[in-house]
Amino acid sequence: MQFLFRYANPHNFMRLSGAVLPFTVIACLMCLGLGLYLGFSAPPDYQQGRTVLLMFIHVPAATMAMTVYGAIAVCSLLSLVWRHPLSDTAARAAAPLGALFTVLGLITGSLWGKPMWGTYWVWDARLTSFLLLLFVYIGYMALWNAIEDEIRAARAAAILALVGAVNIPIIKFSVEWWNTLHQGESIVSGKTAPVFLAPLLLMMGGYFLLFLTLWMVRIRTAILERRARNLMQAGAR
Amino acid sequence: MNFDPLNFDMGTYAVYIWPAYGVTVLVLGGVTLWSICAWRRAKARLAALEAGQAP
Amino acid sequence: MRAFTTLLLRDIKLAARSGGGAALALSFFALVATLVPLGVGPDLGLLARMAGGILWVAAVLAALLSLDRLFQGDFEDGSLDLIALSPLPLELTALAKIAAHWLSTGLPLTLLSPLLALLFNLAPPATLILFLSLLIGTPAVSAVGAIGASLTLSLKRGGLLLPLIILPLLSPVVIFGAGAVALSLDGLASANALGLLAAFAFAAMLLSPFAAAASVRLNLGN
Repeated sequence: MQFLFRYANPHNFMRLSGAVLPFTVIACLMCLGLGLYLGFSAPPDYQQGRTVLLMFIHVPAATMAMTVYGAIAVCSLLSLVWRHPLSDTAARAAAPLGALFTVLGLITGSLWGKPMWGTYWVWDARLTSFLLLLFVYIGYMALWNAIEDEIRAARAAAILALVGAVNIPIIKFSVEWWNTLHQGESIVSGKTAPVFLAPLLLMMGGYFLLFLTLWMVRIRTAILERRARNLMQAGAR
Repeated sequence: MNFDPLNFDMGTYAVYIWPAYGVTVLVLGGVTLWSICAWRRAKARLAALEAGQAP
Repeated sequence: MRAFTTLLLRDIKLAARSGGGAALALSFFALVATLVPLGVGPDLGLLARMAGGILWVAAVLAALLSLDRLFQGDFEDGSLDLIALSPLPLELTALAKIAAHWLSTGLPLTLLSPLLALLFNLAPPATLILFLSLLIGTPAVSAVGAIGASLTLSLKRGGLLLPLIILPLLSPVVIFGAGAVALSLDGLASANALGLLAAFAFAAMLLSPFAAAASVRLNLGN
């Protein structure tokens, strides 16, 4: 907790992120590069053929979509309960990234579904929950934009994020229940062959590092924008 | 495990795989560019404001 | 306790006075229930299978209509500030408003539903399940709706933002509610689905007053 608060100071955060960024960028490129190379070199999967390549961009996107929302929920908690100053900025900065990961998850999931199940969309539990998650993200970003007072917007968004965080597991459960009710097809899920595990993990790592990188860049941008706004307001007096 | 190095032959699935990768590259690349541009703009604006206040 | 019931009755009266309260929601409910068959065709077999889902979605949308006025009316004329200052805890105020909203919207919708189920040729046992599911589920709609209403209460054009925020959160209610009806149509027991619905409704009634109160406080500037 002390650690988190030490970097609550924007100045410290700028320094820390500035130092860390080059490493995350390099690590991200390495992970993605190696992951893609291994992925494209691996032999076709027994069941799925070459479409297993889609797993390498679908699963990381889907995982990040959920992870980013978790990060937003944690930031919202820090903001509401401990009044951690940078958390609001961080949460707001992460939201578009999470929404885009969700969109990617939906598109790649749909394109993966067509060869597998024959249609571009299937109302299965995973895709349906993702669609709902996308709406949750959109609502969150819309709330931030709608309220003019930044402090109020931050608090309202934090409340919404936490309500969503409680609700999302319930949504997932209800969608899965709904799916079994209507006897939908489940995604062909088997064990991932080891030859695919390495590229998959590398891609997941790469996506995560990409998120961290872009998140830090966006928080830094927000800090600079706020400084500029403060300067303008000071100059206006 | 035998690897064919970098096999790009997708057979019938090409029509699904390449668009998926294409969209991914577009979206991720796009958001990266957007974030970098926003950073540069903010940095330039702040520098201009600070220069205006320097004396 | 007296403050609670006073607020409850006041809100019900206000709902009845402004925009006809229940009448508006009921008309909208009936309209949507009429519009969908116009859209999908008069095949009664198809409509019977879709009835649960259509009526549930229509009920949620109808309940949404009056949600943005849950706090906003009082906010705009300053009554909310006074109410917040009263000895009644803000959480109970929120609960009273949720109850008033349900009594003036959700409950009337539930009572009308068997009649609308007729339009869809829904079998009587399934109609009973539909009625029960709405009875149990509409309080959850009011509760979750109150969270959205309190978050958006200071927005003048909050319009579509409120449904956007709460509709994803309400998806379990629609799933369990309509699912119960679907189970009944297949001749299966709906107790499971109704139980899940009840659990969600219970949790929503319990937790949303806190979220709503927190949102009201932040909008009142405390």
